[in-house]
Amino acid sequence: MSEPNHARRLGAIWLVATLIATPLVIFVLGPVLPPGNGSEQASGHVTDNTVLMAVMTPVLLLLIVYFVYALVAFRQEPGGILEGPAIRGNARVQIAWIVVTSAIVLSLAAYGTARLLEDGAGSGGGSSPVVVPAGPKLQVQVIGQQWAFTYRYPSYGGVETPHLVLPVGQMVELHVTSLDVVHSFWAYQLGVKADANPGQDNIAFVKPTELESFSVRCSELCGLWHGYMFDHGNVVSAADFKSWIAQQRVKFAPSQKLLPPYSTTYIPEPARRAG
Amino acid sequence: MGKRLVVICAAVALVVALIALYISSWVTVVPPSVDAASVGPGGSGGAQLTLQTVAAVGPRLSSSRPHWVSYLVYRNGKWERSTNFTLPANSLVRVTVYNYDGESGLRNPYFSQPQGTTGGTEVVDGKTVRALDSPDYASHTFAIPGLGIFVPIPGVKDDAKNPCDTAPCALSNAHRTVTFSFRTGGKGRFRWQCFVPCAAGTITGFGGAMQTIGYMDGFVKVV
Repeated sequence: MSEPNHARRLGAIWLVATLIATPLVIFVLGPVLPPGNGSEQASGHVTDNTVLMAVMTPVLLLLIVYFVYALVAFRQEPGGILEGPAIRGNARVQIAWIVVTSAIVLSLAAYGTARLLEDGAGSGGGSSPVVVPAGPKLQVQVIGQQWAFTYRYPSYGGVETPHLVLPVGQMVELHVTSLDVVHSFWAYQLGVKADANPGQDNIAFVKPTELESFSVRCSELCGLWHGYMFDHGNVVSAADFKSWIAQQRVKFAPSQKLLPPYSTTYIPEPARRAG
Repeated sequence: MGKRLVVICAAVALVVALIALYISSWVTVVPPSVDAASVGPGGSGGAQLTLQTVAAVGPRLSSSRPHWVSYLVYRNGKWERSTNFTLPANSLVRVTVYNYDGESGLRNPYFSQPQGTTGGTEVVDGKTVRALDSPDYASHTFAIPGLGIFVPIPGVKDDAKNPCDTAPCALSNAHRTVTFSFRTGGKGRFRWQCFVPCAAGTITGFGGAMQTIGYMDGFVKVV
């Protein structure tokens, strides 16, 4: 019996599997990929994850199809020879492999760079971000300390609050800093993550698009209670935000008198501090 | 050959068991949880937690870390070094803190204001306040972030007479008395901590006693 053309059969199976699986990944799995659609940046992450999954699917299928095909088609029968003839080099396969993998990696790198340059993709861009979204922005400062995040609203008298509340549909300019060690501010559902470094102003942008509660956690190991550096924030309507911030200004009036003037960073006076 | 294999396996098993014993004892050795004292018949009046803060815990309460700053809790007529407390759920809890330690200052002045307490206030040496006069006067805080409770504890002035550096301290020593109350909600386990960088000699003032349960932080179990 003549040997079938394995390459052609493999290629056909892989092509059919890819044509079926890739649209499923894009249109069925894609919309439910994390982190959801809590903000423009989070929605961007969903798109990015979908693109990555779509690119990954044919590659993964190639490996799985080849593996299963080899198990079935190349299974050695009892009493058969132990080793097949050695194959040394195949320029066509090697060149194709290098070209295809290079093209995938380089195109993903270009895509990632373009996405970052679009709006920062919810990441911290340092004190001078390369990209600053146009239009009015609400400035909110995120202050990390062992072991809690607090938030200052410079547009509202610099009041400092224990919870983060943001108005929906408003571009927010987050200024992330720390008073002691390195923390990392991560609002998962909003698709924002920025390191909080002492003496540094790390700016990230986010535009919440859904009225929802979101989690805030520290994602940089910062000591004993790192695991407890967790809180919930809320995205509320513009009217509710005005009402909430007015209440906070009244509630925290006693401590506000004691706060230093708003600044993008704080260097606590060391003379009276331990350490 | 067989005998040698048995001996090697037994030796390996012994070493693994010893390592596991060491790790488990290190992880599980924490101060016992102290119940807050009941107030009123059957605890109908809530609970009372009486604490003390000292600059150095002393060798009697901590032979390994006698120089560490620490909270102490009053139980059965004596002061104990434990920072794990059990409080009744849905109850009013009154807390009294006798502070014998000096002023260190808050790194974030925001914590100068008591939060989550009854009326949003605390009583310092008999005077009801809504915030410390200055964040620099803070010596410690008693904070349970999960319950929204933050209470600054002012320190003893540097020129106070009859100060107490090492526990046990008596009420005849210079001290500040802070009282406050709060209501517990449902059952749960919450961490509490000090927000003043008071662990002198450690990185950012938050090492040592600030990172070891049994000194400046612990758990509050609401049952």
